[in-house]
Amino acid sequence: MYRTGIEPPERIWWKKVGRHEKVWVWIAFAWCMVLFAMMPLWHVRGGQNPSGIRHRVDPADYQARVLEFVQEYRVGTDNGLPVVEPPPGSHVYLQASQFAWIPVVRLRQGAEYTLHLSSLDVNHGFGLHPLNINFQVVPGYDYGLRVVPNEPGEFHIMCNEFCGIGHHLMIGKIVVVPDAEVADGPEPDAGAGADGTPNAAANTGGDR
Amino acid sequence: MNPFRSCPTTGLRVHRTADRLIKANAVVATVALLVGGIAALLVLLTRWEAVLLLEAEMFYRMLTVHGMNMLIFFIIFFEMAVLYFASAVLLNCRVPAPKTGWIAFVLMVVGTLMVEWTMWTGRADVLFTSYVPLRAHPLFYLGVILFAVGALTVVGHFLAILVVARREKAYEGSVPLVTYGALTAAVIAAVTLLHGAIIYIPTFLWSMDLMNVDPQMYRLIWWGLGHSSQQINVAAMVSIWYLLGALTVGAVVLNEKVSRTAFVLYVLFISMASAHHLLVDPGMGPAWKVWNTSYFMYMAVLASMIHGFTVPAGTELGMRLRGATQGLFGWLKRAPWGDPGFSSLVFSIVVFGFVGGITGVTFGTEQINIIAHNTLRIPGHFHATVVSGTAMAFMGITYYVIPLIFRREIAFYRLARIQPYIFAVGMLIFSMAMTFAGTFGVPRRHWDIGFSQALFQPGFTPAVNLIIGVMAVGGLIAIVGGAIYIVVTVVSVFFGRRMAADDSGLGAVGRGLPPGITNPPRALKPEDREALGPSGRLGPVPGTMVLVLIFLAAFIAYYFVNWKLLSFLWQVG
Repeated sequence: MYRTGIEPPERIWWKKVGRHEKVWVWIAFAWCMVLFAMMPLWHVRGGQNPSGIRHRVDPADYQARVLEFVQEYRVGTDNGLPVVEPPPGSHVYLQASQFAWIPVVRLRQGAEYTLHLSSLDVNHGFGLHPLNINFQVVPGYDYGLRVVPNEPGEFHIMCNEFCGIGHHLMIGKIVVVPDAEVADGPEPDAGAGADGTPNAAANTGGDR
Repeated sequence: MNPFRSCPTTGLRVHRTADRLIKANAVVATVALLVGGIAALLVLLTRWEAVLLLEAEMFYRMLTVHGMNMLIFFIIFFEMAVLYFASAVLLNCRVPAPKTGWIAFVLMVVGTLMVEWTMWTGRADVLFTSYVPLRAHPLFYLGVILFAVGALTVVGHFLAILVVARREKAYEGSVPLVTYGALTAAVIAAVTLLHGAIIYIPTFLWSMDLMNVDPQMYRLIWWGLGHSSQQINVAAMVSIWYLLGALTVGAVVLNEKVSRTAFVLYVLFISMASAHHLLVDPGMGPAWKVWNTSYFMYMAVLASMIHGFTVPAGTELGMRLRGATQGLFGWLKRAPWGDPGFSSLVFSIVVFGFVGGITGVTFGTEQINIIAHNTLRIPGHFHATVVSGTAMAFMGITYYVIPLIFRREIAFYRLARIQPYIFAVGMLIFSMAMTFAGTFGVPRRHWDIGFSQALFQPGFTPAVNLIIGVMAVGGLIAIVGGAIYIVVTVVSVFFGRRMAADDSGLGAVGRGLPPGITNPPRALKPEDREALGPSGRLGPVPGTMVLVLIFLAAFIAYYFVNWKLLSFLWQVG
């Protein structure tokens, strides 16, 4: 006879499972396999993966790299922040620190860039508004993400990881300018792969 | 005095030390709930842009207080009570080391007080996660360590009770399923608390400049505490589902093998969920992320989907065997909806599964996390699991613990009957609105999404203001429900009408006792099974079969809609 969950079960409780209960377990198992398969599949077929080029970096070195990047491609100033316009295909260095994103970046629609994110002090969160693209920015780690902006416009970077009392003031900007020639869209390039640029420490496998 | 008392309702022998330890832990849990609840109200009224109650600094402080009190102190103190209940009480056994039990309790309380002091005095404005290198006062970290050591001691004590119960033959054969589930919660708790010790001891030293802690390493190990402690909640909550089902409607266990195997899957795989928080981190590669976030190919999700079937199925079958055989859902119609234990059980299962479970698995998908990480979708998800699921189940069982353990009648019983409805409806509105707001990229842990003082003005669509308003209304309703719970429990425990030692409450009318005690489900007889007759195409539990298929359809729809949303974004890789 059936018992409740607060009574000790019968002496031998390893019994045959009812047919309908078994069916549900198999349905659930099959669904779990679908859930699992979707992630590798998206690495192969999908356009959005958090793989990136990842390596450790000393915050001071990163800051120097950002400075160099700003000097090289600076085109103006916005609200006191430098505005840079790097050429398509280049590496873009974005610096997070309490409580600013430096610099303001102008990108071309349809072109590919490697967007590097790192922090000089504490954890920050990269949240691109209104697209809702989010990444964690960890001090001591360089996260290089290959991005292809697919629409023109002004986008804001909101810090979405609590980083101290001025957290809510930490807003940056990315401007995407339209480009008719490349607007047809590039080849989808998913996830890990050789980058080709010499100064990127390509390290896309599971390095930990 | 006899160290045991005999429970007039269940006939169980209850060790008085177990009684006292359960009471002490439950009372402290309720105090933490009160403190966390006050912080919840302040946080809610600040995030509601129309009110924006607190200043920024106070907002982040109260958010820290809310997180620590709810996710750590309330839940874990309550779970300590659950461990003593599921071992000593359900197994008819003594508590072998009362002194150790009290030392552990005092350690936990001292640790809690240290953390509270640092938080309230502004020495630990680092939020629940306290990500290094944000720095708090050393006593904050030390407090958490003491708390974890105390809780680990209780876990050890719980295991000792199981050993003693077996040796003294307090029960025969295997332990009941509820105790088995609590055992899995205890094992997960041990793993979790060890992670806490491993990360907080170096962090404590770091806070005094004695060593270095890598921020990424901190995130990895800290989430072994932060997420895994929510898995203690899952295992404890599922155990309480079985317990509430048994007490309120005499729910049966369809197959012990299936339910126990599902619990084992939790133990084996659920701790890998730390990865859910690191999916868009720079420190780990895709293979690590995919493998860990899926808890070894979603085996822990499989476990939850199994319990999500077996618990309602056991309820359905238990009621059918007692004559509720009409149609697909006749059993639901005849269920004791006025029993706060039963209504809590139903809401806990439904909201945990439909809202918390589906969103959790979806957001925990490596790529979909890009459109969920650190947005309001995440707190939306875990308010559906930890609050509407775990806390709801804990509230439901309280209405049985008060008469059975505290030996008091429930004060304001009519209010207690509607409490689960108020709380569940409020939390459902709150967590769904919060999740939906997150879909627009609204960040979590953010004082002012109006960005009144910021350099640039991102500005959300007006729809977001409306959704946040709905969220606030839902939150306020839930806070009313939570306040009723606290008033009812505190008044019952300290001023409620005492029950005499031999008062089983059986057949009582008009007293503050739930129907599971005054009119318990009758014992099953072998002929009940024959009376049930042959089952149709949908099997012996057709109602549940339909319900789980609806659940699966909702799951599939939500999951693939999110992939679609993701595909519209910039290419990222």
